[in-house]
This record gives sequence, C-alpha cells and structure tokens, in this order.
Amino acid sequence: MAGKTDKINDFVVRFANVNGTGSASANFLFTKAIFRMGVPVTPKNIFPSNIQGLPTWYEVRVSEKGYLGRREGIDLLVSVNPQSMLNDIKSVRTGGYFLYDSSKKLHAEYIREDINYIGVPLMQMCNEAYTDARQRQLFKNIIYVGALATLLDIEFNVLEDLLSEQFKGKEKLIPANVKALKLGVDYIHANYKYPLEFRVERRDLLKDKIMIEGNSACGLGAVYAGATVAAWYPITPSTSVVEAFMDYSAEFRVDKITGKNNFAIVQAEDELSAIGMVIGASWNGARSFTATSGPGVSLMNEFLGLAYFAEIPTVLVDVQRTGPSTGMPTRTQQSDIMEAAYASHGDTKHVLLFPSTPKECFESMLDAFDLAEGLQTPVIVMTDLDLGMNDHVSPPLTFDDSREYKRGKVLDAAALEKIEKFGRYLDIDKDGITYRTLPGTHPSKGSFFTRGTSRDEYATYTEDSAAYQHNMDRLIRKWDTAKNMVPAPQVYQKKNESKNGILFFGTSQYAAEEAMDILKEEKIVVDAIRLKSFPFNKDVEYFINSHDTVFVIEQNRDAQMKSLLMIELGVDPKKLISVLNYDGMPITADNILNQVKVNLRSSSKSLMSKN
Amino acid sequence: MTYVRPKFRHPELQKNKLGYTVDYYEGALSTLCAGCGHDSISAGIIQAAYEMNIEPHKLAKLSGIGCSSKTPAYFLSNSHGFNSVHGRMPSVATGANLANRDLTYFGVSGDGDTASIGMGQFVHVIRRSLNMTYIVMNNGCYGLTKGQDSATADQGSKNKGGNVNLFESIDLASLAIELGATFVAQSFSGDKAQLVPLIKAAMNHPGFAFINVISPCVTFNNNVGSTKSYDYVREHIGATATVDFVPEMQEISIEYGKGTHKNVTMHDGSVIQLHKLAEDWNPLDRQSAMNAVINAKAKNEILTGLLYVNPDAHDLHDIIKTSDRPLNTLTKEELCPGSEMLNEINADLR
Ligand SMILES: Cc1ncc(C[n+]2csc(CCOP(=O)(O)OP(=O)(O)O)c2C)c(N)n1
Ligand code: SF4
Ligand SMILES: [Mg+2]
Repeated sequence: MAGKTDKINDFVVRFANVNGTGSASANFLFTKAIFRMGVPVTPKNIFPSNIQGLPTWYEVRVSEKGYLGRREGIDLLVSVNPQSMLNDIKSVRTGGYFLYDSSKKLHAEYIREDINYIGVPLMQMCNEAYTDARQRQLFKNIIYVGALATLLDIEFNVLEDLLSEQFKGKEKLIPANVKALKLGVDYIHANYKYPLEFRVERRDLLKDKIMIEGNSACGLGAVYAGATVAAWYPITPSTSVVEAFMDYSAEFRVDKITGKNNFAIVQAEDELSAIGMVIGASWNGARSFTATSGPGVSLMNEFLGLAYFAEIPTVLVDVQRTGPSTGMPTRTQQSDIMEAAYASHGDTKHVLLFPSTPKECFESMLDAFDLAEGLQTPVIVMTDLDLGMNDHVSPPLTFDDSREYKRGKVLDAAALEKIEKFGRYLDIDKDGITYRTLPGTHPSKGSFFTRGTSRDEYATYTEDSAAYQHNMDRLIRKWDTAKNMVPAPQVYQKKNESKNGILFFGTSQYAAEEAMDILKEEKIVVDAIRLKSFPFNKDVEYFINSHDTVFVIEQNRDAQMKSLLMIELGVDPKKLISVLNYDGMPITADNILNQVKVNLRSSSKSLMSKN
Repeated sequence: MTYVRPKFRHPELQKNKLGYTVDYYEGALSTLCAGCGHDSISAGIIQAAYEMNIEPHKLAKLSGIGCSSKTPAYFLSNSHGFNSVHGRMPSVATGANLANRDLTYFGVSGDGDTASIGMGQFVHVIRRSLNMTYIVMNNGCYGLTKGQDSATADQGSKNKGGNVNLFESIDLASLAIELGATFVAQSFSGDKAQLVPLIKAAMNHPGFAFINVISPCVTFNNNVGSTKSYDYVREHIGATATVDFVPEMQEISIEYGKGTHKNVTMHDGSVIQLHKLAEDWNPLDRQSAMNAVINAKAKNEILTGLLYVNPDAHDLHDIIKTSDRPLNTLTKEELCPGSEMLNEINADLR
C-alpha cells in the first residue's frame, strides 16, 4: 500500500559515471526495464566532449503522467565517480537519496544532514566475486542496477529478460551478469529498508510505444525515403544519423544475388565536400543527403546558396548543438535557426523542418526528400542533440506502403519529345517550380548548363537586370508555393480560448505541454501552437494575429525563432515574448512556467494600472 | 547579353560512327579573350569527343569557377553541364558519378581552382579513384580575377604587374602521381596533335585520369619572364613520347620521328600507343615517371605526354561495391523495406 508521502512512478534518478567505463549499457538496462514495465521514462545523456576519463551523467525521469521533458530536482543520485562526488551530493534534493560505493568510508565533508545515504560496497563486492580486472569494472555497474531494482521495485525478471536479449548469441555471458544483479539485490535486502517511498509500479501506459534515438530514426527514415547516396563528415551529435543509415542499408539494401550495395556512402574530407557530393548526386537524380551540426552548416553555406539558386534538391540534417563556434559540442541547443533559414550570401531562404519526436524524425526524412525534389531546393531537417542522441519514448514508426516517392517535375525522354524547346527555368505552371531534366535522358533535347550565375529561362548566362529580377521573383513565387507544401503546425485548440498563446517547436514540445498542463491546473488558460516547418503558413500567421501575447519558447539566447517570425510575418515585436533556455541542458517545464508567469503577472499589472 | 553560337552546317563535314558531324559537339560561343589557351583546349575536347563517338548526352561536364571553368559552356552543348562553386567541382562530380555510374564524367578546372582553393578536393578525389577525366587549364595565374599569381606560377616568374613570384610552385602532375592517380598526362594547349589523343585516352581510362594542360593566359600571363607564356612553353617543352590513342584495338600505325614505340593496353582492350623519345621511358612505372617529372622541372622543362598510367585501375564504385545498375534508376520497390519490416523494427525497439 502506498503511504501518504509515497510517489509512484514520479521521480528522477541521476547516475554519475566516468566516461568509458561501461556504465552506458547498465544505465540503459535500468531505463529499458522501467519502459518494459509500461511506465513513461526519459533518459538524458549529459556527457563530456571526451572519450575516456571525464565525468558523465545519465539522468532518468520517470513520469506516470507521461511527461517526457527533463525535470529539475534529483530524487536519487547513483554515484560511481569520486571526481564529481562533492557536486553530485549537492545536487540531490532535500530528503533525497545518495547511493554510493561504500568500499571506502565517506569523508565528513561529504555528509549532508538533509539527505539519505545508501552505501553499497560495489568495489569490494566485485573484487570478491570476480577475478578479471575488466569484469570487476563492468559488473560494478550491474550491481548498482540490482540494488536499484530492489530500492525502486523494478521487476527482477524484466531485467533478466533484457539481459538475455542483450546477450543473444553470447549466452555464456548471461549468468555472470545475473549474478551481479543478484549481488546488488541481496545487499539491499540485507542492509536497507526497501522499497523507497518513490518507486515504480507496473502500468500499461506505453501500449505500442517504442524507444529509439532521433538520429537512428533519421537514418532509417532516409532508407525508407529511398536515399541512395550519403556523404558526411564526422561531427557530434550528427554522426549516428549516417551510422544508422549505414547499418540499416547494410541490412536492407545489399542485393541478395550480386552482394552489391544499392547505396553509396562516402566519408568526405570535410563538410564542403559532403554537401557538394549531395548536390552532385541530387542533380543527377539520386536521392542523397548529409548530416552535420552547426559548424558543418557554417562550412556548407556557399554550396547551400548554389543549391538554392541553381535549384537542386538537397537534403541536410542539422543536429544542433550548443554554439557559437565549437561551443559545448556535447550539449543541446536550438541555435542554428537563423543560420539555416538564411544560409549563404545574397537573398536566400531555405525550407526547414522541426521534428519533435523520433517518429517525426523518421517522417521528416520522408517529407524532406519529397519537398526537396518537389521544390528543387535545399531542405534542412532541424533536430538537436537532445532528440538525436537520447533514447526517447516515441509512438511507433509508421510507413504507408501506398506512399509514393514524389520526385517532382522531372521530364523524361517521352515528355521531352513533345516539347518544342526546353526551358529549364520557364515557369509553365505559374507556381514558381520549373521543370528539370537529368543528364543522359535524351540525345538532343533537355540538356542545359546548371550554374550559380544568373541566367535566363533557358539557362543561358545573362547579366540582364530584368531577366535576373524576373528569376528572383519567381523564386519567391516558389517560396509561396512551399508554404502550402510543408507540414502544417500543430494547433492545440479548435477555437482560441485565451488572449495568450505559447509557441514552440522541436524538443521544447515535452516541456511546453507539461507547462500547459500545470497552468491549466492553476486555472490559467493559454492557447498553443507547435511549429513543424519554415516557411510559416497561414495557420501560424493566424495564431499570432489572433492573440495579444505569444510566448515564443526556444532554446537559444538570441530568440532566433522570434526574429524569424518578426521578419517573415511582420509581427509587432512587442507581441512576442521570449521564453529562453540556453544553458545547454534540455528545457524544463519549470523553467517555462517561471518565465511565462512572471510575464503574465506583469502584463496583468500593467493592464490594471492602465484602467 | 547572351552568347549562343549561330548554327550553320557545312554539308561537307564528315560524320562519325554515330552520324554526328564535329559541330554537333560544339557549345556556345566562347566569351574568353581572343587567343586564350583555354579555347584551344575546348577545341581539343570537341575533337576528341567527336573522334571517340561519344553520345553527348551520356557525358556530364562539370567545372568550378574561373575562365577555365567557363569552358564547359563552349563545348558539347548536348551534354548536361554543371558550373559549380570555386574549387569544389570534384565533390559535385563525385556525387554525380555515385548517382549514375553509366555516364562519362568530364571535369574542367583552373590552376587557382585546383591548386589553391580546391586543393583539398583535388587530393581526395584522386584518393577515391573517381572514374572521371580531370583537366586543369593551367595558366599560372588567376585569369578571371585579373592576373594574380596562382600556386602553380613558377618561382621567379614575373606577372603582368612586373612582380616576381617568391614562392615555390606546386607541380600538379607529380602530385597526382604521388597521390596514386592512375592516369597522369601533361600537355600544352597549342599542341592539338598531342592533346586530342591524350583526352581520348583519359576519357577511356577506367579510373581517375588527370591532364595538366599548360594554357597561356594571353591577357595576364603571356609576358616575357612568365614560364607559362606561349613563347616560353614552345622553347622549353620536352615530350615524353608521342601518344596516339587507338580505341578498341583498331590498329593505327603512325610513326613519329625515329623513336621506338610502346603499346599500352587499356582496361577495356583499347590501346594507347606511345612513341618513346626517352630511352628509359616507361609509363607503367610510377617511380620513373616521378623522377622524370622532377628532373624536367629542375631543368625548367615541361615534360609532356602520358607520364604515368595504370591500365588496371579500380574506381570508387569497385571499391565501395555499388550496384552495377546506376543508383538513380532504382525504384521504391527496390529501395524501401516496407511497412511490414518497419513493424519488425518497431518490435525490436520495445
Ligand atoms: C569563394 C570564392 N572566392 C573567390 C572567388 C573569385 N575567383 C573567381 S575565379 C578565381 C580564380 C580563378 O583562377 P583559375 O582557377 O586559375 O582560373 P582561370 O581564370 O585562370 O582560368 C577567383 C579567385 C570566387 N569565385 N569564389
Ligand atoms: S583572362 Fe586569361 S585566362 Fe581569362 S579568358 Fe582572358 S586570356 Fe583566358
Ligand atoms: Mg588560372
């Protein structure tokens, strides 16, 4: 029976580990067990830009209500890193727990009166149970998972099942792992009161949900979208997008008879080359993409301008990280928005997609290729480190088999036969999108010269002012067409219910929705909209116009999305109030609430004083 | 103003095997300076494509930025062309080639485009053995930006402004050999007799084929004291061998001078016939090719001809095992694993 102070399925555990000591798989085991018990759970990697030796944290939020954003306040800290111990102890909330390796006695300065200590002699137990040095290191992690299982009421057979799945084909390794789990279980049984007042209880809240990283979903999405050429240059946090594409391609795209690859992946010498390859392949009719992060997008600027002006489909995934410059390369941010939206010199603008979940990462890739080929322009999928490199509970990935690849306006030989004179940049349909041809299509018709210089409608070089301007105006016509092709925003209410609205996108979704719930409990009603793409369509315009105040929630210092809204929609800046988070950590509902409430209070005050 | 070449056909022009006359391989009217070496190279490319019976639409021509990189507009107007950004043609060509391995890829660059801003991409496209022809129209200067020294300008040479180049020059041919290019040749824009067979052989080569063509810039680099002026090159040229390209084993026996000759069988069975001038010349020997280029340079000579060839080249597609069918022809049915498989993937993620 749950006591009065008991909190079921509502707590935060943080693991303090050392990078490169095998903690990652133990921590994932812990998370996955809670997931398997049908309870919403969100892990966040907080890791250094380092391969071995520096502190790394793994924070797991468990939420019966299904809130998947981060939450401040650590209920239980699992400490296996002496280096960060002092700060780790400080980070525990009053009344919380600190689980540590009690092989050595804790110093007096490490004792806080307002928290509870759970000592488990991890090192000592390992040294007694295992002889191999590596095993001693690795099983320390499994022992604490066993201890946590008892403390938090995690079902032991769920852990066992996960281990046997993990070691499928290497069954020899299972008993030693189970033994380590049991060591932890038994130690708590013998020495502590269990379970804790916060703990896990089996539910059926997840149904068919899956757990996957956004980057894997992007890579898989590219496979489903029919991408055949990928070019890339390694950079955190985008690398695993291409790695996933590689793995899934190896699984699904190797011809069974010839053993040859129905895909090509090239690790380029830099990001300039990577995007150049994508442009070359797309120009030649293959679906092609690259993935990078802010520094890579900076390098790709010149080429993005070429793709915009020469009108070549280009798909780019930008897994954003904390800038500027090298910034905090292993922390998250939404700070490439301006850079991506207007990448390159001259008048350029690019289509952006803002997925919020792995499912949307997958779908964004399907959409990105259709849009890039449909509009003959770059499409940038804007994810971030939080979405890309953390496991997320997500609705299952779906693919409609009847969905065809929309290859856009490409003329084949038969179509060319019927045309008197082919004009690459003739706006026949008056939607700004012109017809292209691929090399090798027809012996005498349809060839043209692709260039980044100004040209007339027949792709012939020109410096004629009228012809140049005519072309630039057509590109804007195409931009207007794009507004009705990109994914529409998610509007949370059928009819406006408030004069205040909140606007957010990408990984701010979880925290924003949680904040809305809390406001509702406090009888504060706000309307909400989640952007899914740029350019903004009329729904975005309507939402902003029909509210007095719109809180723009974003994870950067300079309010980049707010700027974009002001620039593109001509919104009165006073109407848009920024809610910002730029410490490199995923945004929390509390943070949003604090900023929103301060402004609501001051605006209601100013209203009153006016009266 | 646009420049499109007026079309008139000479009825007496000879047709090639495909039934095309040579003018079918021409492009728009050149806007380069009269006498520019680059135009001579374009003429050589037109001639080579005509003689090789190339289907123009089965060839893609790509370039960077510069006077030289403008030339693809001036040849093969029935081919798709791509004038990309400065120094980045190799990456665009790589992507294009990956998408469709069935076309012939013809890249044109300048010495600025290749040896400075594009050096990284040049090096790496060689390393990847992309199946393409890569011509540098090398005038030792930046023509389009009005005559600044390029990295291939010889140390001590004078530019138009009278300034002496203080820096060591980069020798693209020896660099290409060093990096493992499987076909490396050097020629002079004014020597069509040598250039055309070299271009033909390069296009036929199954890997990366590089031709460094000295191409005087009449406007900015044809002055006394420049080692890339017409007069200098004519005086200091040294040919490795006279080369004649013999496609598909059709023996054409042309003897130049009294030199011995050597046949090099290409991958597809065609033959390059080399007329040896130097006694110890062996184009299959990478080491001696390197030595010869270096020695010539020491003597301020420009060694022309086919410097090195490895007829058994493997290209990028061989290395990464791409399907024999061009990737851009694969259909959704072949590429998409479908919803049933996705359900299995989902199940594994629970
Ligand atoms: C990024 C960038 N920087 C500079 C330029 C200016 N630019 C145009 S052509 C050129 C040099 C071309 O020299 P080269 O490749 O030798 O060609 P050439 O004109 O001599 O044939 C330069 C520097 C440019 N177009 N792009
Ligand atoms: S400036 Fe030099 S390289 Fe450029 S077109 Fe004139 S002669 Fe040729
Ligand atoms: Mg030059």
